[in-house]
Amino acid sequence: MTYRMTFRGTDIPAEPGQSVGAALVAAGIVDWRTTRKEGRPRGLFCGIGVCFDCLITVDGTRAERACLIPAADGMRLGDALETGDALGTGDALGASDDGRDRATHHAEEDGDAAHP
Amino acid sequence: MSTALQGAGPGPTLSRSADLVIVGAGVVGAAAAYFAALAGRRVVVVDRGAIAGGTSSAGEGNLLVSDKEAGPELDLALYSQAVWREDLAEHAGLWEFEAKGGLVVAATEHSVAGLRELSVHQRASGVEVHDVGHSALHEYEPHLSKDLAGAAFYPQDAQVQPMLVVAHLLRLARGLGATVRTGTEVTGFLRSGDRVTGVRSTAGDIPAGAVLNAAGTWAGEVAALAHVAVPVRPRRGFVLVTEPMPPRTVRHKVYAAEYVGDVASSDAALQTSPVVEGTDSGTILIGASRERVGFDRTVSVPAISTLAAKAVALFPMLREVRLMRTYHGFRPYCPDHLPVIGADPRAPGLWHACGHEGAGIGLSAGTGKLIAQALTGGQPDLDLTPFAPDRFTDRTQDAEEAVS
Amino acid sequence: MPHTHDVTVVGAGPAGVAAAVEAAEAGLDVALIDAAAQPGGQYWRHFDEDRARPEDRRGHHGWPVFTGLRDRLYVLRDAGRVHYLPGHQVWLATRDDAGTFTLRVTPTVRDPEPAGPGHGGTGHDGQDPVVARALILCPGGYDRQLPFPGWDLPGAMAAGGVQALLKGHRALAGRRAVVGGTGPFLLPVASGLAHAGAQVAAVVEANATLGWLRDPVGAVSAPGKGVEAAQYAATLARHRIPYRTRTVIRAILGDGRVEAVRTVKVDREGRPAGPEREIAADLVALGWGFTPSLELPLMLGAATRQDVDGSLVVEVDDLQRSSVDGVYVAGEATGVGGAALSVSEGRLSALALAAALGRPRMDPGTNADADRNTEAAGNTDADGTTDGNTSADKSAASGAAADPAGIRRVQARIRRGRRFAAAMHRTYPVPAAWPRSLPDATVVCRCEEVTYGDLRHAHAELGATDARTLKMLARPGMGWCQGRICGYATAGIAAWLDGRRPTADDLLPLSGRTPAVPVRLGELAALAETVTADPAGP
Ligand SMILES: Cc1cc2nc3c(=O)[nH]c(=O)nc-3n(C[C@H](O)[C@H](O)[C@H](O)COP(=O)(O)OP(=O)(O)OC[C@H]3O[C@@H](n4cnc5c(N)ncnc54)[C@H](O)[C@@H]3O)c2cc1C
Ligand SMILES: Cc1cc2nc3c(=O)[nH]c(=O)nc-3n(C[C@H](O)[C@H](O)[C@H](O)COP(=O)(O)OP(=O)(O)OC[C@H]3O[C@@H](n4cnc5c(N)ncnc54)[C@H](O)[C@@H]3O)c2cc1C
Ligand code: FES
Repeated sequence: MTYRMTFRGTDIPAEPGQSVGAALVAAGIVDWRTTRKEGRPRGLFCGIGVCFDCLITVDGTRAERACLIPAADGMRLGDALETGDALGTGDALGASDDGRDRATHHAEEDGDAAHP
Repeated sequence: MSTALQGAGPGPTLSRSADLVIVGAGVVGAAAAYFAALAGRRVVVVDRGAIAGGTSSAGEGNLLVSDKEAGPELDLALYSQAVWREDLAEHAGLWEFEAKGGLVVAATEHSVAGLRELSVHQRASGVEVHDVGHSALHEYEPHLSKDLAGAAFYPQDAQVQPMLVVAHLLRLARGLGATVRTGTEVTGFLRSGDRVTGVRSTAGDIPAGAVLNAAGTWAGEVAALAHVAVPVRPRRGFVLVTEPMPPRTVRHKVYAAEYVGDVASSDAALQTSPVVEGTDSGTILIGASRERVGFDRTVSVPAISTLAAKAVALFPMLREVRLMRTYHGFRPYCPDHLPVIGADPRAPGLWHACGHEGAGIGLSAGTGKLIAQALTGGQPDLDLTPFAPDRFTDRTQDAEEAVS
Repeated sequence: MPHTHDVTVVGAGPAGVAAAVEAAEAGLDVALIDAAAQPGGQYWRHFDEDRARPEDRRGHHGWPVFTGLRDRLYVLRDAGRVHYLPGHQVWLATRDDAGTFTLRVTPTVRDPEPAGPGHGGTGHDGQDPVVARALILCPGGYDRQLPFPGWDLPGAMAAGGVQALLKGHRALAGRRAVVGGTGPFLLPVASGLAHAGAQVAAVVEANATLGWLRDPVGAVSAPGKGVEAAQYAATLARHRIPYRTRTVIRAILGDGRVEAVRTVKVDREGRPAGPEREIAADLVALGWGFTPSLELPLMLGAATRQDVDGSLVVEVDDLQRSSVDGVYVAGEATGVGGAALSVSEGRLSALALAAALGRPRMDPGTNADADRNTEAAGNTDADGTTDGNTSADKSAASGAAADPAGIRRVQARIRRGRRFAAAMHRTYPVPAAWPRSLPDATVVCRCEEVTYGDLRHAHAELGATDARTLKMLARPGMGWCQGRICGYATAGIAAWLDGRRPTADDLLPLSGRTPAVPVRLGELAALAETVTADPAGP
């Protein structure tokens, strides 16, 4: 038997036991999101759950690793405008805009770093 | 790195003498270097590590007035605000200065009343405060819990990227003739009688007209090398960093009214009040806990889990958001929670600018300018008496030990 | 109060499975946690066991060794002697004053949300911790990467990832592939791709030859490796796959996805030494060796060192003990050296721990069997051949845990394996001058999109002379992967810009990560209820 999933309206077949990411590349789809800053396309890179390049929305749950999620029949993959930080469609987040622009990085650090 | 100079006796002398040696390339040392160099002084900054390698790269970059009760620290914070926005205005973009405003929320009517009372005093000191009622909360922050009673909005609260502040202030100071020597540890002082006439370091002696101790959490150890006591101690804080979220998920610096109480507390036990804020990189920062555990670097489950629980209580949608990283730093604090700024009468030639606790980023600009004014013989814009290095009696220290 | 195991093993790759099986058979009460749904780790990654087909074994070396270990693991699990928790990631490891370790785990793949999509569900918060008196950490590692133009185009993948797709998912990531980087691992990837029906346009190897297999030390250390290499060479020849040595991929070309690679001959230091050539491809598999996962050992404070291959690894003694009392580390995390070495290290750590705890073997009945199988695994090289010591080891089958000679034999095998690994690393170094011709626009940190130019600016203008300061000022390693992919390269660039070789101090700031994997704040918040109440609550 073959599972059927959808990615942005396209039918994606999957062999039971395959990951979502494997099914996508097997179907010739190599990218499914874009980066936050430059809009660069991203798909699988490390293939083993380490790089987080392959993030995808799965049945409305955002930012899952496509290389780890097992394919399932009827799964809905991705959303229309997926970026690294996009939220699932229909989510209340990100829907508002009071017109004030913000452009500030912020201090943050990794205190695990060794220090004398 | 040579360590041959730690013993007594004269070591080799670096060819270039200085008007001012600054010990510590953190945000306070960098600000002092900039303003002293601007005033025409020949400055040498030394740090045993890299630039911004201490607490200045282990905290957040809030420039808060909202969390301070009326008093000398609030005065210094307001003065610093002016320095950030006026003296340093042309460089603001370099360190991503942003006046995003702070929203202090209260869970109960009782704490709303406390907020209102605090704001009366703050307004009298020159702080701008808008009262926010329950119904208006979600216009400020759409994702806030519905269970909160009210808030106060502080438009002056701002932020910077502290590591960029340090790097650029030092770059600007270098442009004004200052020298920055990293990987150079100060191991002692050059003395002439009581007078401090320079430092000895792992890279040789550096004679100087004055030495500024800006060694942050380690300032007590540096002071001890000059045989004076400055009671600066570490107060650990953890910060949580989430996965990247869409812009403006959290719009302001949002924290619970209870935080103000924590800041002023002398309790050694863990205190956590969530200060939640979004960043341009999309991450949401949740910080910071406060506890006195020395320099313990192991991750504290009580600290990070309590931060998470309280952040989720403020913003329920955070429950499903992933934690990507945690980090921690050690705030330099003094028993009375005020920094140490000024000349040390016990060791002429030695100056201090340290002990800024959880506000050193914000207070650095004002501190640097004031120190430069005092060093160049001028009358500082702000009275430095409350920050005097010799204000600590044995009694204040004993009381402090008893609490610890 | 959760049950306290004698030992928790993290990772069910070659090292972890061997450790767990050996420890349980020595009578210890064992927990085994692994992120993957089934045992095997990276080396023995395989398709869903419930849906196995005979051809899934193709390309798997030492498969009987694995199935032997796996069968023993399942027997021990069914007998309640190994608490096996697959599909779970350890995200936090702590050690209390009494020396007890608590590991917090989260499912690798979340069950579908009961409360509907999005948020609001609480059903997953607060997974039970796993508690033990000792740890054997076998977290393995991942492909080591160097940035260059185009390496972030879709269709460019880690070599191990391409292999993982083939072995674990029966999926081929492209039709026409170029495999590039350095090291013997490029060969099984090329051969796997060819077997699966891809055209392999070239294997592009930065270093000189396969000569290390003729290296007397290397060959004696790893008799099976020669056979394995010969098989790969045969596969390459059969499929007419060009093997270009002293050649690197200079750039990957394509509009929105990989279309071609540009290669160039290089000299010993990695400097261009010949004309460029363009090769059409839709898949590029990249690897410069492997680098260990160090988050758990570092979280617990274990000391590290720089290995022969330049990666940061956990420092262990000749009983696999780290600098932290009660924490043993085995496999790739102590230095990259292949699956057979990982198995031996896993075994040794378990034997050493059992000896330290004074545990005699439980049931001598299964003992002989168990020991024989384990020895076979330990002696087996990647192609499944066993070395000449096997019969001697078999005769010593009664209780290796209590038998110092048994421990010594495993130690000797590990020493041989290490010599072999060192010979390999010396033959396949990362070219010292690799950042030399990087264009400024090259993305170094894929997550935060930090370019080489950004790093050069932070160094030249802002005074970032070390990796940590580079990270603070330019944000490499601050994104989703937390520097797993760009950490090694960023350390190398920091050193390169500063005119020196990278050191452990360059690598360390980009290697520690708490939590070890991202975890939902709800799960972290749930722990607050179990720890001391906090006086300042709202
Ligand atoms: C979790 C956390 C959150 C925080 N959040 C904020 C915030 O939002 N807003 C805010 O304003 N503040 C905040 N702070 C506080 C702020 O980070 C500190 O007050 C500030 O960084 C102190 O700066 P400093 O220059 O005094 O010290 P540091 O940055 O620590 O610099 C001192 C330097 O001295 C060097 N040094 C020490 N001894 C020697 C020696 N013998 N020789 C040579 N060099 C030496 C050290 O290497 C170090 O680089 C926070 C702190 C923490 C821990
Ligand atoms: C993607 C990839 C493919 C490879 N393919 C081959 C190959 O085909 N041939 C070859 O010779 N070598 C291959 N290697 C090299 C291989 O890793 C080693 O030879 C061998 O697998 C090392 O064994 P190990 O037990 O040390 O680690 P691994 O096999 O890597 O096993 C480590 C295990 O620990 C788990 N783990 C790590 N961290 C956590 C955590 N925090 N919580 C829970 N579980 C955790 C991992 O998921 C993994 O299952 C590959 C490496 C990689 C990265
Ligand atoms: S491909 Fe790297 S995490 Fe999925």
